[in-house]
Amino acid sequence: MTAAIAADNLAAAYSGRQVWAGASFTIEDGSFTAVLGPNGSGKTTLIRMILGLLPPEAGRLEVFGRQPRRGDPKIGYIPQRPAFDIELSIRGRDFVDLGVDGWRWGVRLGGRAQAAAALASIDAVGASEYADRPLGRLSGGEQQRLLLAQALVGDPRLLLMDEPLSYLDVRNQLAIVQLIRDVARRRNLTVLLIAHDVNPLLAHIDQVLYVAAGKVATGTPNEIITTERLSAIYSAPVEVIRDSHGRVFVAGLEEETSHPHA
Amino acid sequence: MLFHYDFMVHAFEAGTVVAVVAGAIGYFVVLRGSAFAAHALSHIGFAGAAGAVVAGLSPVVGLLAFTLGSGAAIGVLGNRLRGRDVTIGIVLAWTLGLGVLFISLYRGYATEAYALLFGEILGISQADVLVTLIAGLVTIAALVIVYRPLLFSSVDEDLASAKGVPVTALSVGFMAILAVAVTEAVQVVGVLLLFALIVTPAAIAVRFTSHPPYAIGIGVALALVFTWLGLSIAYFSPHPVSFFITSLAFVTYVGVRLSEPLRRLLV
Repeated sequence: MTAAIAADNLAAAYSGRQVWAGASFTIEDGSFTAVLGPNGSGKTTLIRMILGLLPPEAGRLEVFGRQPRRGDPKIGYIPQRPAFDIELSIRGRDFVDLGVDGWRWGVRLGGRAQAAAALASIDAVGASEYADRPLGRLSGGEQQRLLLAQALVGDPRLLLMDEPLSYLDVRNQLAIVQLIRDVARRRNLTVLLIAHDVNPLLAHIDQVLYVAAGKVATGTPNEIITTERLSAIYSAPVEVIRDSHGRVFVAGLEEETSHPHA
Repeated sequence: MLFHYDFMVHAFEAGTVVAVVAGAIGYFVVLRGSAFAAHALSHIGFAGAAGAVVAGLSPVVGLLAFTLGSGAAIGVLGNRLRGRDVTIGIVLAWTLGLGVLFISLYRGYATEAYALLFGEILGISQADVLVTLIAGLVTIAALVIVYRPLLFSSVDEDLASAKGVPVTALSVGFMAILAVAVTEAVQVVGVLLLFALIVTPAAIAVRFTSHPPYAIGIGVALALVFTWLGLSIAYFSPHPVSFFITSLAFVTYVGVRLSEPLRRLLV
């Protein structure tokens, strides 16, 4: 296996303040990684660095063997965001369409191939039914599916998702995680997903990357999803419970989950 | 007979250009939620125009300079200005006051001020029409150039930025285009009534479609209808053109909103 993302002694600073430092880790190609950590620990900062929006303060970061650069077609991205404004007057499919070539100047002339790519992506996430409705009028789950369709549209190899589950109910959280997992398997995508509540992810993740107290580290779910480690990461009492079926449940992060930071 | 007089021909020509520009840019104003910024631009522009008159310059020069300057400032501040309606309101109230001072300093006709505030489309000369046409073509060309990235950054700025869209430069660019459009539209409907041509047609259009090119098309068509009808009615009436244009826009908007429950029943 090759590394999709490799960091070597990486440090991040945001408006003059160091966020974290000494981060050395690799994200294997085709793996599914949950990014955990308390609010304000610098999870989004890491995503922004991988996107090429923020230069490393120190150290080295490589994405598929290259320095991160803005607009890398290998990366699909879902930013952290509340629901779209209810009055936002653009259709879901127009939004996905912008994922094809929305950064190019001018209007698109012809462009059957691009429109077809957007429609195929909408179909792949099962959003065809409501893609013609105004984006702002759709439910949180429907909007999240269209955000995923937009992220998938250029056939990326890496998906970066900043809290795609935060504004969804439990049923939709599970459905979206399952969808991401299925698409990622089928297309052999590497997935990096920031989450507050790990419970919907537990059955799917290969690796945990945590950002806490100025440090970044990785481990397997078995190593990290323990009462001791999670309590240390969040500096709060967190309990990992295993039931008789061997299912794991994390308790104590509800407060984090219900108040996703802006 | 409507086109018997030159001033009516010029009014229709300039009105057509302004309606197309205002209708087109209106969709983006509505999409970006910058209706209040558009309103503020026109008020700030009023002070500039009045100042230019005092200085012996063409009001259009002052109007353009002030709208461009404040547009750039609003564009740079961008997201940080969202929800700062109070701040913008305070600034624009003051600039309007400044405009009043300039008008009083100018010992000429009050008609200058009147024209700026409420529009004076019937007083447009052949040369004005040409300037309006050129400015209109530049605005439309600029809108075509920034169309896709502007749409992208209007929907999700973070995402557009990650995809390589220069979002801040685009925000400034859009406000500059809007400044030129506002300057043009002021000639037709004036500073105070600008909303009727820039915001109302687009606001009506998005109630019918969320497909961007269609919404822009409907916005332009409505702005044209309001302008042409308003001019035609005014020709046969002693009342000002601006009143008819704004009234047509308002009545249409109210009608569309009120008919919505009915349309929902029919669909």
